[in-house]
Amino acid sequence: MAVEEKNTRCQVGLTGNSAVAYAMKQINPDVVAAYPITPSTGVMEEFSSYHADGKVDTELITVESEHSAMSACVGAAAAGARVMTATSSQGLALMWEVLYIASGMRLPIVLACVNRALSAPINIHCDHSDSMGARDSGWIQLYSETVQEAYDNMLQAVRIAEHPDVLLPVMICLDGFITSHAIENLCTLSDSEIKEFIGQYKPRHSLLDTDNPVTFGALTLQDNYIEIKRQQSQAMDMAKDVILSVGKDFEDSFGREYGFLESYRMEGADVAIVILSSAAGTTKVAVDELRRSGKNVGLVRPRVFRPFPYKELSEELKGVKAVAVLDRVDSMSSFGGPLFVETRSAMYGLENAPAVIGRVFGLGGRDYRVADAVDVFELLLNIKDTGNVDKVVDYITVRE
Amino acid sequence: MATLKELAQKEELFSGGHRLCAGCGIPPIVRLILRSTSAGIVATTATGCLEVGTSIYPYTSWRIPWIHSAFENAASTISGVEAAYKALKRKGNVEKETKFIAFGGDGGTYDIGFQALSGALERGHSFLYVCYDNGAYMNTGIQRSSATPYGGNTTTSPAGEVVPGKQQWRKDLTRIVVAHNIQYVAQASPHNWSDLSKKTEKALKVDGPSFMNILSPCPLGWYTKSEDSMGLAKLAVDTCYWPLYEVDNGVLKVNYKPKEKKPVADWLKVQGRFKHLFKPGNEGILKEFQERVDEEWERLLERDGKHM
Ligand SMILES: Cc1ncc(C[n+]2csc(CCOP(=O)(O)OP(=O)(O)O)c2C)c(N)n1
Repeated sequence: MAVEEKNTRCQVGLTGNSAVAYAMKQINPDVVAAYPITPSTGVMEEFSSYHADGKVDTELITVESEHSAMSACVGAAAAGARVMTATSSQGLALMWEVLYIASGMRLPIVLACVNRALSAPINIHCDHSDSMGARDSGWIQLYSETVQEAYDNMLQAVRIAEHPDVLLPVMICLDGFITSHAIENLCTLSDSEIKEFIGQYKPRHSLLDTDNPVTFGALTLQDNYIEIKRQQSQAMDMAKDVILSVGKDFEDSFGREYGFLESYRMEGADVAIVILSSAAGTTKVAVDELRRSGKNVGLVRPRVFRPFPYKELSEELKGVKAVAVLDRVDSMSSFGGPLFVETRSAMYGLENAPAVIGRVFGLGGRDYRVADAVDVFELLLNIKDTGNVDKVVDYITVRE
Repeated sequence: MATLKELAQKEELFSGGHRLCAGCGIPPIVRLILRSTSAGIVATTATGCLEVGTSIYPYTSWRIPWIHSAFENAASTISGVEAAYKALKRKGNVEKETKFIAFGGDGGTYDIGFQALSGALERGHSFLYVCYDNGAYMNTGIQRSSATPYGGNTTTSPAGEVVPGKQQWRKDLTRIVVAHNIQYVAQASPHNWSDLSKKTEKALKVDGPSFMNILSPCPLGWYTKSEDSMGLAKLAVDTCYWPLYEVDNGVLKVNYKPKEKKPVADWLKVQGRFKHLFKPGNEGILKEFQERVDEEWERLLERDGKHM
């Protein structure tokens, strides 16, 4: 069902998938190539309807696999088109090889990743093993807590990716089913507001410029490879400023604030949970409950995971005594999840650094309840009081 | 069709100085194809000898826009380029008439890129897919592919004490592509430049996908002399191991019928990769090889001039 233009203000009820598809419709990309997979399928179904009804000018490529989806995105982006796709889980895993090619060629593709667990065992529900598996692929990653944020992240992603200092692909993540299939109220923008915000894409080089031929994807050996990778790494670093300035511009234009992190009731907090995406909403309820009973707890929710905002994160956490980093994915390293490892590393060397523990939760869509967050906070308060860390890494929301 | 003189006067879009082997069949194939249209050309190449030999940074042999992405995705990469062209042309951002060509080796086409090829053909993008078939994964050191001839010695189907080379007949990719019911499919060989050039012109006129499977001699992997490559290509055609034919709008045409069909052993015996087949005890393999070639040639002749 397409969203009517007259409704495109505040108080529109949409699922995460509908909001992402609607953002894509409004962005009106030149090329979209995608393949269905639960729970992101809805994005492509709705976008296909927009396409079939003539609401977009996009060339829609209904490829035969996600590997081909990302390959077609690479070809189209190298041809100077504004390009988008959406996927989940096995689909992202199948794209893996080409994700690195997209970022290595500095192609500003935008991908909506509706987070879902990876097989085996096969499971269709939410965890972050798909996008976290791609965390080193050179893509910028923005994690969305709500439908509103998924929508807003899509719009900002275009600007961030195409910025001349960046030219990197961007993956915006939202939680499968929890966000993708739940209807929330959000404020949408008008097509013209979006058109003005994202502007026109002017590629530096295009395969379609046959009068000025360029070679993309050359074989690059010991004499040049590392310099090219270094430049890519620097672009990821420079993306930080761009993410902030695009966020600022978005806030100035539309009133909603976006930075690297969201801090929730961190003033005077003794302990904190660090967590991504929709589970932050559940954690906020626990924070409120505990604050009411006089316990000084808070939450930090990174919105940006790549580039990793290590300075801002450690700055935010340096005043607390104990931190629990909750990962909806296990690195299978026997040392917790990636958000834990990187947050802990960011804290290293701080004077009076807090104790940092890691907990893996919610794999394969296992419920994460307010009570689970409360338990973690109680554990942190105990660590704060006793200084005893029994287990640095562990699982929660699991049957023993 | 362009005359040899006209072809020779066309701008050279594939520069010399590349690192492909002396005697490699690929450069003459690519050079001729790039000369066959006056439209702009954008090309992609699957990972393999052609890609590795022509794009060592900071050099390039390509005087046309060119992209290499990966091994198995030449067809899907060109799908994206072609889709971008359509979208941007509609918006008025590009105007020039442009042709899209994907090149892949037999490994990148018959094997790992097969799905992407089939998908792109089915979707109907306007592009020409060119498979240069040298009968093995040459770039990585002569491993067998599904295009490797029966009995062929490769590094992963070695002629051993017990197993005499590759045990399977080659996949008939051209026929599989024909089954996609696209407008133009052809088999060609670089020794017959006029046939190849004519076929390329036809293929590039199609509004939709077209496909050419081109035999590409490989001195390294065939264990042959560099200067013999074109002769070997001709012999493959004269023995009817590699028939020149096309399926144009559903009608099959055998483009060349040797006056005197040579025994396939003539082609096999001059290549080191088949040396073991001529040892005592392997007569059965040679016999089977000949029977299979005869059978397939007869099958083609029966369909010559007919709707598929
Ligand atoms: C996914 C993947 N698997 C394997 C390789 C290694 N590889 C590179 S080229 C190649 C063989 C190419 O063979 P073919 O397509 O026949 O082309 P040729 O080398 O003969 O030109 C292989 C196996 C790769 N690059 N990517």
